[in-house]
Amino acid sequence: MGLAKRIIPCLDVDRGRVVKGVKFVEIRDAGDPVEIARRYDQQGADEITFLDITASSDDRETMVHVVEQVASQVFIPLTVGGGIRTLGDVRRMLNAGADKVSINTAAIARPEFVREAAERFGNQCIVVAIDAKAVHQDGETPRWEIFTHGGRKPTGIDAVEWARRMNAYGAGEILLTSMDRDGTKRGFNLELTRAISEAVTIPVIASGGVGTLDHLAEGILLGKADAVLAASIFHFAEYTIEQAKRHMQARGIEVRL
Amino acid sequence: MSSIAIIDYGMGNLRSVAKALEQVAPNVRVIVTQNRADILHADRVVFPGQGSIRDCMRELAHWNLTDVVREAALNKPFLGLCLGPQALLTFSEENGGVDCLNVLPGRVVWFGELRDPRTGERLKVPHMGWNQVHQKSSHPLWQGIAQDSRFYFVHSYYLQSAEPSLVVGHTWYGFDFASAIARDNIFAVQFHPEKSAQAGLRLLANFADWSP
Repeated sequence: MGLAKRIIPCLDVDRGRVVKGVKFVEIRDAGDPVEIARRYDQQGADEITFLDITASSDDRETMVHVVEQVASQVFIPLTVGGGIRTLGDVRRMLNAGADKVSINTAAIARPEFVREAAERFGNQCIVVAIDAKAVHQDGETPRWEIFTHGGRKPTGIDAVEWARRMNAYGAGEILLTSMDRDGTKRGFNLELTRAISEAVTIPVIASGGVGTLDHLAEGILLGKADAVLAASIFHFAEYTIEQAKRHMQARGIEVRL
Repeated sequence: MSSIAIIDYGMGNLRSVAKALEQVAPNVRVIVTQNRADILHADRVVFPGQGSIRDCMRELAHWNLTDVVREAALNKPFLGLCLGPQALLTFSEENGGVDCLNVLPGRVVWFGELRDPRTGERLKVPHMGWNQVHQKSSHPLWQGIAQDSRFYFVHSYYLQSAEPSLVVGHTWYGFDFASAIARDNIFAVQFHPEKSAQAGLRLLANFADWSP
């Protein structure tokens, strides 16, 4: 008995449409965020994260409507990331029905933004997203650095130090993506995940690299994550959320079924 | 047509609460309001809240709603959510100590440094995610909700009721804390029923039908 570890499917949204080909049996519209969110809710998703990858800021307003639509019909927590740069952006998303916003590059550009957002809206709704990559050589003490621009641009910031700092600034949660693993299906970077999770007092969501259900369980058991986020293994219907939870439960992890 | 007023005093987004109530009670008029008369005339009142307790008490005073909340809590079906139940108690440790509404006797206490006594593992704060609520006593708002169902929580402070008899549900996070308290026409929960899928919707439906 106790708090369940969470499974969070992540949807990329471009100009109001879910991209990267979500595949469900008999879905009417594979790009409709509301329909997909409803499916994930029915499968037992603990939360849903939307990542707005819309390139043009002119089209950003579309995401607000997406969140409004989803939040009117799906009654589990929703997180929105991508393009959250000002307190106004945070407010707009929360008012639309998001429970949390995920802040990434804006925090690196100006760390105080995280403090201001947490003070204004409460720690519980501020997620800091960290994209990290290993920068040590074999045999050296492990070290991970924050990268921006989809993993192309190094910042020189140590990921563990940064996580501690964001914790101190009032972040309510960390969304950690191991950029060397993202899209590889080789599993989370467990060493990185564990280092961050042990460095902070707030929950950590592990992301990047999930290819099997065992990877999800390892993120919790070995990476010490509080939640796991994945996209493709759920979108391409390789596994349902429920299958993932049954698997985690069989490995001794407490889940909501 | 009966009505439910959701008190809007600038503490958090109430859209989800309103949408969830509309979903489960289509024949009820749901209003999100800071208007004193609306609140006093509504058949039922929801008192939500998110953020810090100092801001909560300040905003209630700013909108001239402190006495309205007290009055509604005394005489009509009243549902407190998340920060709502904290505000109903006597005092909160948060923000260096804040006097609350004192509608129910008790204090609000920080989770602090927590460890799982069974494994020694550190427990993260905020307590965030789906946890089980053990129904300590039967109550109309628990109707149709399985014992130990999971609800969505996110909070760093917890309710410490001065009267054990007020606790109608508890949750384990390193220890048992009060996750639902009730007295007469008041039912107040630390979790978010509007974000707790079927179990949460059922609780809201029960509230919409409740005649204490």
